[in-house]
Amino acid sequence: MRKIKYSQALSEGIVQSMEQDPSIFMTGIAVDYPSGIFGSTTEATRRFGPKRVFDAPAMENALTGIAIGAAAVGKRPIIVHPRNDFMFLAFDMIINLAAKWKYMYGGNAGSVPIVVRAVIGKGWGQGASHSQSLQSVLAHFPGLNVVMPAFPADAKGLMMSALKHSSPVIILEHRTLYDTEGDVPDGPTFTPIGKAAMVREGKALTIVATSFMSYEALHAADELAREGIEAEVIDLRSIRPLDEETILQSVKKTGHLLVVDTSWELCGVSSEIAALVAEKGFSSLKGPVRRIALADCPAPVSVPLEKAFYPTATTIAMAAMSMLGKYSGHLGSIDREDTFKGPY
Amino acid sequence: MGAKPTFKEDSTSAISLPAETEIGLYRQLIRVRHVEETLAGLYKEKEMRTPTHFGVGQEAVAVGMCAALRKDDVVYTHHRSHTHYLAKGGSLLGLVAELYGREAGCSRGRGGSVHLTDRSVGMMGSSPILGEGVALAVGSALAFHMDSVPRLATTFFGEGTFDEGIVYECLNYASIKNLPVLFVCENNFYATESPMEVRQAAGTQLCERVASFKIRAERIDGNDVVAVFDAATRAVEHIGGGNGPYFLECETYRWLEHVGPMFDHELGRSYRTKEEVEAWMARDPVRHGAARLLARKIATQAQLDQWMAETRAEMAKVVAQAKASPWPDASTLFENVY
Repeated sequence: MRKIKYSQALSEGIVQSMEQDPSIFMTGIAVDYPSGIFGSTTEATRRFGPKRVFDAPAMENALTGIAIGAAAVGKRPIIVHPRNDFMFLAFDMIINLAAKWKYMYGGNAGSVPIVVRAVIGKGWGQGASHSQSLQSVLAHFPGLNVVMPAFPADAKGLMMSALKHSSPVIILEHRTLYDTEGDVPDGPTFTPIGKAAMVREGKALTIVATSFMSYEALHAADELAREGIEAEVIDLRSIRPLDEETILQSVKKTGHLLVVDTSWELCGVSSEIAALVAEKGFSSLKGPVRRIALADCPAPVSVPLEKAFYPTATTIAMAAMSMLGKYSGHLGSIDREDTFKGPY
Repeated sequence: MGAKPTFKEDSTSAISLPAETEIGLYRQLIRVRHVEETLAGLYKEKEMRTPTHFGVGQEAVAVGMCAALRKDDVVYTHHRSHTHYLAKGGSLLGLVAELYGREAGCSRGRGGSVHLTDRSVGMMGSSPILGEGVALAVGSALAFHMDSVPRLATTFFGEGTFDEGIVYECLNYASIKNLPVLFVCENNFYATESPMEVRQAAGTQLCERVASFKIRAERIDGNDVVAVFDAATRAVEHIGGGNGPYFLECETYRWLEHVGPMFDHELGRSYRTKEEVEAWMARDPVRHGAARLLARKIATQAQLDQWMAETRAEMAKVVAQAKASPWPDASTLFENVY
């Protein structure tokens, strides 16, 4: 095992899958440019060339339909959206067709195993329409798989599992995580879709988090440990299907639940997890569930506004303390410096 | 303004096809017509619980096109898709049982009238959201092109689909990639009840638009099965020769209401007149097909009667079979979600 970056892990997952399966191809705006979607497609472009990695016009909906039509006759297309927000243009194809294909033809039209990669933006004033994260919207619809790798090993493992899956998978990547490093197996590795990961064990409370907020939650948990609070951190990884069991088991042990998501609260993933525990784990709870999500407004651009908009490791740690009735800790601001300056 | 035919009914009199081809086209025409008319009649019993868009009057487009395709060429189509499904060779029991919501339906009662499939004959799928089938066909064509296999993808869509942006995205993509795709527009002058002149600029010629994407485009008489077959054959040759996509605008007319088994005038709808509908019913592709066979002495009236009787018998048997076939079991509700 060696440490590599999240972006390299994505790349390795794609390259090793393409080596194994000649039906895989990758397309989207600028996928074959030297910059290669922040380095995640550069190696695939070099290795497999323009027959299997190629640029596309800006036509998100048509391109998704084209991917479905190719998948219907045996291909495994990967489509890349450098930002989540552009995927809204493809919702007809993703939701009305890809999600329902197998079901609405009674299984008789086969399946359309497309993989859609979309990157969540954050910081440097990317603003209202370049920094949304669409997990709750997409996970609403039966038939889709929606995953959010937070750590490099899962970036590779979820990519490789998605490229073997029998139904469509949406991979929501996080731009801020692209340069983070972690242990990643050299060879093919498969993270199960539909299974959350316990990334830190603890007895004091359960923190369930998604994507970049799992990374922040781990950092918060390290700091909380210095205050004598052992938080258990669950990285959700898969939004649909949802791993209810891992969450309920943890809450059974800790009695407290804090949910942290990269999107908003209302009708969001944090609310879904809260509802799950209220319905199926109520007797385990020793106190109210707490949600941490984006401020309930569109993402602003200006520095002080952006700072007020995003929850951080400090937000998580402070919430955990207050849930446990500890208000007098020594914890100040624990946030790491935000060094992101692009490219976008 | 109203919708008037631009073609003369005898415009294909100079075209001669082998007798068995002419007979095959005609028999398919009467079969599709009879199935649609029978289903429309039965629909009034309210046992088929699925919104249904009948293609009565438009059969020649589907029949002429599909006769020029190979079995492994794929077809994607829209909400008014019974005609294409049958013409491509889709199972009749699969269609009828699907409308009755039965397990024996082509989509096992999960899809209804607007989600038909029969992969065994290349009828990939129909879907009711305008333009989806256009992108799907381009996608399958991309796959065939990548694999250098001699197959093509066809998509049927109405002229209303030209209101959707996705059509232009797909025409552009098919052109720049030189894909083996046949775009078939059924121009029946109305999108639901909205005439084309309120949706598109005055004087719009769809072929001109498509040609601006550097795609060969032709407007033909969609009510003349020989004209359609002739144009489709040319288009298939063009595509098969590696010359890229082809567009056919087929002028035709829908006799019944947009969705449902009735005539518009029976329901008091005024977006088009009874006279206009009757003028188009006089341009009946089935009657024209019969007259052609008789005039050319390819068939006798007795043969035409015999083929019709065979079609009626087949349909009567299949309807009975579909109605008697089992419903899906509620325990299978969650099958095939993933």
